[in-house]
Amino acid sequence: MASADGNDMTKLDRRTVLGGAALLAASGSGLLPGLSGYAQAQSSAPIKIGFQVHRTGIGAAYGRWYDRTTKAAAKLINDTGGINGRPIEIVAEDDGTDPKRGAEVIEKFATKHECDVAFGTLFSHVVIGSAPRAGELKLPYFVVSEGHHVASGMLNRYTLQPGITDVKSQVQSMAPWVADNLGKKVTMIYPDFAFGHDHRDYFSEAIERQGGNVISKIAIPPRETSFFKYLPKIPKETEVLYHVMVGPGVLTFVKEMGEYFGDKRPEIFGFIDSLEAVDITSPGLEFLEGSHFWEGYPRYAGPDQTEHDKFYRAAVGVDNNGASLSDPKDVSTYAHMFGCWETLHILKAGMEAADYKGPKDRQALIEAVENMDVFPESRAHPQGSKLFNGRTHQAFAHQHISKVEGGKLVPVHKTSIFDTYYEDEVDYTKMSF
Amino acid sequence: MDLLSYLPFTLPHPALLLAGVLEGTVLAAVLALTALGLSIVFGIMRVVNVAHGEFYMLGAVLAWFITHTITGAVGGPPWLGFAVALIVAPLIVAAIAATTDWLILKRLNYDPEATIVATIGILYILQQLALTFYGPDARPVEAPFDFRVQTPYFGYSGYKLCVVGAAILLMLVVWLVLTRTKIGFVMRATQYDSETAQAFGIPVDKVYAGVFALGAGLAAIGAVLIVPIQQAHYLMGGDPLLLSFIVVILGGLGSLKGTLVAAIFIGLSDGIISTLYEPTLAKILATLLVAMVLVFRPQGLFGARAA
Repeated sequence: MASADGNDMTKLDRRTVLGGAALLAASGSGLLPGLSGYAQAQSSAPIKIGFQVHRTGIGAAYGRWYDRTTKAAAKLINDTGGINGRPIEIVAEDDGTDPKRGAEVIEKFATKHECDVAFGTLFSHVVIGSAPRAGELKLPYFVVSEGHHVASGMLNRYTLQPGITDVKSQVQSMAPWVADNLGKKVTMIYPDFAFGHDHRDYFSEAIERQGGNVISKIAIPPRETSFFKYLPKIPKETEVLYHVMVGPGVLTFVKEMGEYFGDKRPEIFGFIDSLEAVDITSPGLEFLEGSHFWEGYPRYAGPDQTEHDKFYRAAVGVDNNGASLSDPKDVSTYAHMFGCWETLHILKAGMEAADYKGPKDRQALIEAVENMDVFPESRAHPQGSKLFNGRTHQAFAHQHISKVEGGKLVPVHKTSIFDTYYEDEVDYTKMSF
Repeated sequence: MDLLSYLPFTLPHPALLLAGVLEGTVLAAVLALTALGLSIVFGIMRVVNVAHGEFYMLGAVLAWFITHTITGAVGGPPWLGFAVALIVAPLIVAAIAATTDWLILKRLNYDPEATIVATIGILYILQQLALTFYGPDARPVEAPFDFRVQTPYFGYSGYKLCVVGAAILLMLVVWLVLTRTKIGFVMRATQYDSETAQAFGIPVDKVYAGVFALGAGLAAIGAVLIVPIQQAHYLMGGDPLLLSFIVVILGGLGSLKGTLVAAIFIGLSDGIISTLYEPTLAKILATLLVAMVLVFRPQGLFGARAA
């Protein structure tokens, strides 16, 4: 089955014959680079992976951590023998968190850098702007964006999202818990572009299935810097305030919410996107105490931390509070960036399954990934086990709800993978290449 | 059923109106300071400074560096860092502006068209320098003090209300300097007729450099006041530039009274329309108003018709 081929650990086991490389890998790969080497490789020319990254623009904080995670994953892969015996080379290009620039970057990967595949970016408008160009150039494009645009059928056969769940999954798995524990009359505050619209549409549907409803929808333009003027639009009868914000104004947004409500606030359920890369103990955020957050992957390492999480944190350089090991004020985008790590490992598994040699094997690579169906929890998948739907090019995973307690995010609920599953809306495998 | 329900429109909830007025007043105050800078530069030098928003951004970014150094490295209290930033950041920005004037604008002989293109270039240079040395992140500056004012409907930041007071005070100072001091007299003389002023021994070059520095400094002061509310970011100069232009065109380029009136009008209407309807609608209406003014009263509401 594809699941066995898709499992990175299986690959590592097979490498045992190559002089104990797996032993090294298991006991802390990355510590002994060079030993595993590329001796068995036919060609040792690197596999080039174009990395589309938000270095500048409103997604810069995510970009910085996507970059660190990607570098760490690439180092691990290279230290444990590369892909098909070849090293990988990450070719990073800034997309400026801008759709037009994003498409140009894709073109550069294909024509100037001659990359084997493209990979990376988060913001949905950049992905939506870039994917058509990737399709035209027949360049496999692995995104870590969490938008529903992949599984909705909006994009093309060359675009896949195997390393992170999409918004539709996330919100539908949250709705039952929100309705049962916080309330049924919800006001939503979300950014006014594709990502926010996914939240609006799919959460509204999901909460209605729970007998609740969204009584007010407040859309905020993506470059907004001041949020107070939106807050009086929150109806008095609101039981749950649902917020999901991104961009440079997130801290202001949460602070102004605190000033507005004081200690008389409705229940607050936020997506951690509103505070990714922001220290929960920042001044002005005290009022979030007792509120709840969705987390794709819990930022704070808890008592039931897995070995895989421990390994992943150390490799990326993140401490138990989700901040950089070198600067405790430099907080990561922990709930999202694991997607880069996992996607690179899926790319490795896919290239090995397809016996990838060069650009002529791009279609075989996509077919190999489409044939995968399970990613078991492992070093390659520290966030947890995942199901992958090859027809919709989308992964499904556990989701987490955490409560702010004592200035920390404490996990209180973990969904099953099946809570996130929904009917296929597209079958990319039926599309021609 | 009360009588109000027979009205063909629904009256806004007082909470919405109050929030709109409060937000509008804060915007008006900061906008008045920022637009005043743009207006003075145009009035005296006839230079349309497209880089004005970047001087604003520089003020905010420098405020972050200064407060970060004082509270972070030295361990001083937030108010001290902010107080130093409020004085030092505008001075640095003014110095940068004076240098720019000497390096670039002076060499173009203040030709109106050439200076527009030159200031567009300065805009990009300043923005990219900020990106290079400050980075792409939005960083918060802690307010020097913070208290929450409870209205009947919601709470409001006390710091924001103090920003309004500070802006009024600063504008009074600028007005006094321009009308009651020798420096102001020299500036006004240069504005009326720079050649005659030069003939009377006024160092017009220095006046121009000083005016450009003052304009940029005013933008920077506005930014330092606003940065505890908004966070410093290298792309933050766009909005204030657009709004300042709207204000200055409405009020009449070079007219200080017009700038003030237009800032209050645009600030309040932006706040109220944004709160009651949509922020985008507020921007659409303001831009429409500018177009109408340009068509029907190109000198602006208070501007003198060009000779």
